Amino acid sequence: MASVQPADAVIDIRGLNTRFGATVVHDNVSLAVHPGEIFSLVGASGCGKSTLLREILVLQRPQSGSIRVFGREVVGMNDEEALPLRRRWGVMFERGALFSSLTVKENVGMVLREHTPLGADLIDEIAAIKIALTGLPPDAGPKYPSELSGGMRKRAALARALALDPELLLLDEPTAGLDPLSASGIDELVHQLRDALGLTIMMVTHDLDLLWRAADRVAVLGDGHILGIGSMNELSESADPIIREYFYGPRGRAAREQAWKKK
Amino acid sequence: MTDRLDPVAETGADIQTGSAPAELRCAGAWVLRGISGLEPKLARLPRSGSGELTIDASAVSAMDTSGAWLLHRTMRDLERKGHSVRLQGLRPEFQTLLQLIAARAPAPVAEAPPSLLARIGRQTWNSIANVFGMLSFLGENASALLRSIAQPHRIRWRAIGYNLQVTGFEALPITGLLSFLMGIVIAYQGAEQLRQFGANIYVADLVGLSMVRELSPMLTAIIVAGRSGSAYAAQIGTMKVTEEIDALRTIGVGPLDLLVLPKVLALIIALPLLTVYTDVMGMLGGAIMARAQLDVSFGAFFDRLDEAITMNSYLVGVGKAPVFAVIIALVGCYQGFQVGGSADSVGRQTTLSVVQSVFLVIVTDALFSILFSWLDI
Repeated sequence: MASVQPADAVIDIRGLNTRFGATVVHDNVSLAVHPGEIFSLVGASGCGKSTLLREILVLQRPQSGSIRVFGREVVGMNDEEALPLRRRWGVMFERGALFSSLTVKENVGMVLREHTPLGADLIDEIAAIKIALTGLPPDAGPKYPSELSGGMRKRAALARALALDPELLLLDEPTAGLDPLSASGIDELVHQLRDALGLTIMMVTHDLDLLWRAADRVAVLGDGHILGIGSMNELSESADPIIREYFYGPRGRAAREQAWKKK
Repeated sequence: MTDRLDPVAETGADIQTGSAPAELRCAGAWVLRGISGLEPKLARLPRSGSGELTIDASAVSAMDTSGAWLLHRTMRDLERKGHSVRLQGLRPEFQTLLQLIAARAPAPVAEAPPSLLARIGRQTWNSIANVFGMLSFLGENASALLRSIAQPHRIRWRAIGYNLQVTGFEALPITGLLSFLMGIVIAYQGAEQLRQFGANIYVADLVGLSMVRELSPMLTAIIVAGRSGSAYAAQIGTMKVTEEIDALRTIGVGPLDLLVLPKVLALIIALPLLTVYTDVMGMLGGAIMARAQLDVSFGAFFDRLDEAITMNSYLVGVGKAPVFAVIIALVGCYQGFQVGGSADSVGRQTTLSVVQSVFLVIVTDALFSILFSWLDI
């Protein structure tokens, strides 16, 4: 991975500035996500993680700076220009954002119907495969999102994100609101997907367990800057007070000890 | 990895008979974007028979889950037809993917559509359940009302006041305008007939009686059902989706006390008042039309009204309004509580609330007509 030049990066952010009125959210933020890695963005609530994700997804526009995804500049793109990119990434929103009037299978199938000329039967089969891949039982397919538990809804949202076999997967808080058991299921799933499909994964998360178990590299965002970027082991030796507090607070310590025990 | 990042390099997936008759050759990119042309080719494959069949996949340049599924399905189908299939030349990373898909492949679930009889049965049962549901909702509200009357401090006066403003006061412009126009229309339609008999002055009877006894209460009820009944359903339905109703229960506030009773009580007060107001506006419209078309002066028109409309007729009209109010408020709230968790469901129940309350208002009005003719009022 170290030999990969920034030019090959899947996501390459340089000199990004975002302000809401007088509030500075991002002040000259730069980072790169390399092919095949699981990259995670962490930071306190309200530090602009989700805003950064929305800017990558062309849902929001930064004041200045450059965001290149698959080598294409996305800042200032309109929806039509963004379409080819949107076919190449899958997004899972924090609260799932499944379409409540469609069944799980229809949620997944809708993406395929919209973007591929495949026949109805094959679309149904592919949707069933995606649902199975995320670990949902087959009888979840005909159910509506309101009939599913929180963990199953996250998995269904992930199945929809995977519908087009994306090269890049963007996950917003994949484990938020899940019990530890379901959350560790998501950890494994993220790893399996990366290994089996060669995906590049970028996620925004608060979940320290997930970070220790799944992330290859982590960037800590705070005060509008990238405070540190590197593997969890490197970051845990950082001298930055905010990072230290993040990793050596009571919860951080517990998660770290857990991770050591696992190894 | 680089060929996955560059979609231009991908050529469509292909499958064809190889040099030997018992060999199939797969080539190209077996990815979602490339497999659209593959389906017809696969459909032409079926070769029943037995014997060994070799699939040479060494020319497959890329593969994702969709492609892997298609390859897995092809092999499975060929095996079911009696072939023994041997796969060779697939790159190891694609092999891993294929195994993952094979392991996770869901067993095909047969979803038989329900038979006609089952559908009729389910519909009938739903209708019956709906009637019982509405009746029990009525009962629950009646008992909640009795509790409130026994303990008057539990009545939510503020909520009643707010609902009076929203459903009553704010409905004044639209109900007033429509009944004014209705008065004009009736007078205009009657004018031609009455003039033939020289009975111009009876336009006051026509407009007055039809508005006061029938049209004004019904028109007002229908407008309010569309305006406020739908709003009740949407409000309570959305609160149900966001679990606010459950939250109310957990903090010990009865949803009926807070959400339904104030609406019902406010509408019982507002609808008769609106009906009186629309009576006046309708007759005003009639009077203007009578003067313009039939040369009946305002003075003569209102003098005649005084004789034409008895107290009984007036009370019959206004007396129907509270009944309509209960129907509209209860149906709107009931449909709100029937919402089942999705945005779609909020829309469906809101529509149902308007359809059902308008239907019930008209049916009730017809029943009233029969009742009053029996009683000779």
